[in-house]
Amino acid sequence: MNNFSYLSTTTAKDATAAVTGTKGAAFIAGGTTVLDLMKLNVENHSELVDINLVPFKGIEQTADGLRIGALERMSDVGEHPLVVQNYPVISQSLLQAASPQLRNMASIGGNLLQRTRCGYFRDVAFPCNKRNPGSGCPAQEGENRNLAILGGSKACIATHPGDLGVALAALDAVLLLENAKGKQRRVPLVDFHVVPGNTPQRETVLEPGELIVSVTVPAAAHARKSMYLKVRDRASYAFALASAAVGLDVQGGQIRTARVALGGVGTKPWRSVAAEKILTGAPATEATFRAAAAAAVKDAQPREQNRFKVELAQNTLVRALLELSAA
Amino acid sequence: MEHEPAFFETSPTPGVVGKPLNRVDGRDKVMGKAKYSAEYPLPGLTYGVLKTSDIAKGRIQSINASAALKEPGVLAVFTHLNLPKPAKTPNDAEGKKAIGAPMGFLPLTSDAIHYAGQPVALVVADTFERATQAAALVRVSYAAEAPIAAYTDKRAQRFNPEKIQDGKADGYTRRGDAQAAMAAAPVQLTAVYTHAINHHNPMEPGATTAIWEAPDRLTVYESTQGVTRTQKSLSAYLGLPQDQVRVVTKYLGGGFGCKGSCWPHTVLTALAAKGVGRPVKLVLSRKQQFTSMGHREDQTQTLRLGATKEGKLLALIHEKTSTTSPWDNYAEANSKIINLLYDCPTFESHYELARANVMTSTFTRAPGEAPGSFAIECSMDDLAYQLGLDPIEIRLRNYAEKDPSTGQPWSSKSLRQCYARGAELFGWSKRNPKAGVTKNGRLLVGYGMATASYPVHNSQGTARVRLYADGHAVVQAGATDLGTGTYTVMTQVAADSLGLAPDKVRFELGDTKLPTAPNSGGSVAAGTVSSSVYMAAQDVWERLTKMAIKDPKSPLFKAKAEDVAMENGRLQLKKDASKGEDFKALMKRAGIDDIEGSGQGKYGSGYEAGQSAATAPDAHKDEAGKHSMHSFGAHFCEVQVDPDLGTVRVTRWVSVHGAGRILNAKTARSQIIGGSIFGIGAALMEATARDPHYARYTNADLGDYHIPVNADIPDMTVEFIDEHDPYINAMGVKGIGEISMVGVSAAVANAVFHATGKRVRDLPITPDKILGTKSV
Ligand SMILES: Cc1cc2nc3c(=O)[nH]c(=O)nc-3n(C[C@H](O)[C@H](O)[C@H](O)COP(=O)(O)OP(=O)(O)OC[C@H]3O[C@@H](n4cnc5c(N)ncnc54)[C@H](O)[C@@H]3O)c2cc1C
Ligand code: SF4
Repeated sequence: MNNFSYLSTTTAKDATAAVTGTKGAAFIAGGTTVLDLMKLNVENHSELVDINLVPFKGIEQTADGLRIGALERMSDVGEHPLVVQNYPVISQSLLQAASPQLRNMASIGGNLLQRTRCGYFRDVAFPCNKRNPGSGCPAQEGENRNLAILGGSKACIATHPGDLGVALAALDAVLLLENAKGKQRRVPLVDFHVVPGNTPQRETVLEPGELIVSVTVPAAAHARKSMYLKVRDRASYAFALASAAVGLDVQGGQIRTARVALGGVGTKPWRSVAAEKILTGAPATEATFRAAAAAAVKDAQPREQNRFKVELAQNTLVRALLELSAA
Repeated sequence: MEHEPAFFETSPTPGVVGKPLNRVDGRDKVMGKAKYSAEYPLPGLTYGVLKTSDIAKGRIQSINASAALKEPGVLAVFTHLNLPKPAKTPNDAEGKKAIGAPMGFLPLTSDAIHYAGQPVALVVADTFERATQAAALVRVSYAAEAPIAAYTDKRAQRFNPEKIQDGKADGYTRRGDAQAAMAAAPVQLTAVYTHAINHHNPMEPGATTAIWEAPDRLTVYESTQGVTRTQKSLSAYLGLPQDQVRVVTKYLGGGFGCKGSCWPHTVLTALAAKGVGRPVKLVLSRKQQFTSMGHREDQTQTLRLGATKEGKLLALIHEKTSTTSPWDNYAEANSKIINLLYDCPTFESHYELARANVMTSTFTRAPGEAPGSFAIECSMDDLAYQLGLDPIEIRLRNYAEKDPSTGQPWSSKSLRQCYARGAELFGWSKRNPKAGVTKNGRLLVGYGMATASYPVHNSQGTARVRLYADGHAVVQAGATDLGTGTYTVMTQVAADSLGLAPDKVRFELGDTKLPTAPNSGGSVAAGTVSSSVYMAAQDVWERLTKMAIKDPKSPLFKAKAEDVAMENGRLQLKKDASKGEDFKALMKRAGIDDIEGSGQGKYGSGYEAGQSAATAPDAHKDEAGKHSMHSFGAHFCEVQVDPDLGTVRVTRWVSVHGAGRILNAKTARSQIIGGSIFGIGAALMEATARDPHYARYTNADLGDYHIPVNADIPDMTVEFIDEHDPYINAMGVKGIGEISMVGVSAAVANAVFHATGKRVRDLPITPDKILGTKSV
């Protein structure tokens, strides 16, 4: 970890100005990603601009649906009755993530910006295109058991490790962003993260110094009937080997609308429109679910150690759909 | 004075030994008052931080420390070019032996790089933060060569070592003609088992605080399982007489084998302290912990088993291939347990090693026994299924009435009772003998069991008792408490042997100033130290008895020493308890405030042997020596497997052990639980991944190196069989540190097989290895 200066701000304006104005500056919310990576020398920020006093707060039902301030904590959002009742997949994705200590610190905005757990990325002694563009990707032929089977490239196959993003991708969430000039824009969560292509160092469309202000999730029947299933190497406190965020609106055995996103298998939270197409209008049966799952991983490009994820992702999705439709 | 077996079994007054006494150090620990080795706020203390190698093989071309040295507060950047020279290094065989080093290589003695994470510089600054920052600024350029990561690499040099485990075990063993017996066996099974790299990962990482009290006198606060072993190593390294090195470890946050030896960072810290002329504290980071204090090596075992159609073993042939370092022939001795667990007339074992660019592996939680038991106990399960026998029945058919590896009788063995009681507690009789048919909704349910065994290792140690006339006592032994309860159980033993309440006794440990105790490793501490304490107390009574029978004012005046017994702090005639007196009265009359005794606890002396091994009747010593001394136990496990998601959950657990005398029901239970959880971790999730091209770990942190969390572990049932072993040591204590883990991974794997019909022989059993299993 290098020496850095610390600045606490209370307004978005000051915060964005500080980060845009200082070379190497970065925001810090809960710090559970940024400090971790600084200790590993993976990130070396000259200044940390604390945004915890910026009023990006609130967990509320608005005309547009659910609005969550970017600085709300994972635990508060996960346990909020509104979220538990009307958006269970969000609540479950949060409460199955990390540990209680981490969830008490970690913010919603920070969660969406967490970085891959690829072991090569997290150790500066290794080459890694994401950390050091052009240096290579040892994961392709190395330890790739927990890396992505969807959305990868020759340059990078790092998984987006988070859970919340997967739930938000499924439920058509929209992020509100604000830059240093005070200009706000809305970006759908599914367009917020980008696949690595040839530029794995670029993970989102966020511009330098731009803040996530809040997340909005439209209310819907498939949001009320939704769930998150996460499969991992131990019962708790582990990143997903595969996860599924699903929402269903079933009437009389027929699926009216469906939402599907996969986690732990993609280079970004992996919304599967192909799976949703198969589900929509079809009978809510295991056969339908299986077909949808096959469609969801049709483009999978597994490597040596993560081949099992092709089967695991499908089984996870089918199980989630079965449990949800039976509920 | 004649020995008092009364203490062992017939004491009319129930004592505190065996009782579930709360930890005497528990309060200090939860209040943050217990001082660990990195928590001594010394005047002038400075902070050392290691800079470690980015490459796994090659040479250091240059080191540029100028930027680091310009940082405020930085005192020194030590490299192979400027670190004060040790008197000896383990880089040659003679030095290694003299030091007792676990690894035949000391970093910072040349420009050579042999493994990733090898220290290349040690930065000292006035704060930890400044040292950390400066370490990041040290620029090292390397001439890298392609490393070899493991035995699986075809380029690795393979060989059959004559000796393994630092010369402590044979690379080849043969008993009878196993090949011929195998060829003729009606039933033959061959199975290949692999075990991932495991790291000890104690909660407290390796930590050293080194203070030169004088140019030739060193004090070290060290996170070690043995202050004396560290003292010896440092004195050899530094060319100091042993008494000029003091090592202190008052509390230890776990060790599990990695703190059983003196590793390079310890001596490097002492040398750095010499270099800067101030005390230096160095604490390994979690990441450095993975490349500083050894690990359990990656390994493959092939076990061939020959048996009759009735399931009687005829031959066992075991081969192990594993990775070792460029210098040492280290392999856990897996075959020992395979050679003695069952009555089998022939046995053969071979070890094969492959050199790779890794540090030397070391004893890790039941070294040898843990992976060895995985192989034999899964193969025994296979045999049971093949012959349609119950897994317990196959084990009973091969029950070893004496140690097959030596032909010696056991000093004691309660394995039959362990099976029976374990089966009863678990409800084993409800098990459907068919695999893959028991269900709970979508989940497949499996029952598995396995045998555990662990030797009572040869060891000895001493203790001192100082009894005060005011009714208090201080008892001392230079032992270590790994966090498992040594403070507590020794307080209990001292209290009972002195006839005092436990709160009148203070037990002190963890300092080379105290009488020498063995390393707390290999499960020897409880047995050896408790016996030393007991012997030291006996010594005190002997002295008091002598005083009393010479004292005309004593009711015991002119009594014969052998007629006097101690009861509840009173010296009295065995035949007439009314004739006697309290030790306090006796001491006050003699005008002495305190009296000291010392004692030696020794393996093989046996509680019937008298006060100490030294004075034990030869006949008994000889007899004890003719016995094979082991603990035995049985684990029973229920798993629920989700065949679609690949997840395995342990849902029920029963462990029953016969391990001699149990000193504290509560801490013993906790220890068995802890060891079983280690085993469940090794079975289901623990694995360090080493990149095959860079020979560097890719998951060296506790976020990605998985150990069980609470949610992975069910409520566990633990029982002990009451076992009186007259041969092991004066207290009849076998030790339970490691047996708790032996057989655990097999019990889990056997339960997984029973649930799914799929045999996973490749640890850990992660979801990817279960997938594809459909209920059969
Ligand atoms: C051991 C461990 C286990 C974990 N397990 C899981 C898991 O199972 N599932 C899971 O989903 N997550 C997991 N996490 C990740 C954790 O959830 C994230 O670290 C956390 O959510 C990040 O939030 P934060 O507020 O601490 O972010 P910070 O560390 O403060 O910030 C992260 C990044 O986001 C930027 N940032 C923060 N807030 C904003 C904002 N409002 N606008 C713009 N930029 C911003 C920062 O500059 C920084 O680059 C785990 C983390 C750890 C350390
Ligand atoms: S997968 Fe991506 S993050 Fe991992 S090593 Fe390759 S480039 Fe780096």
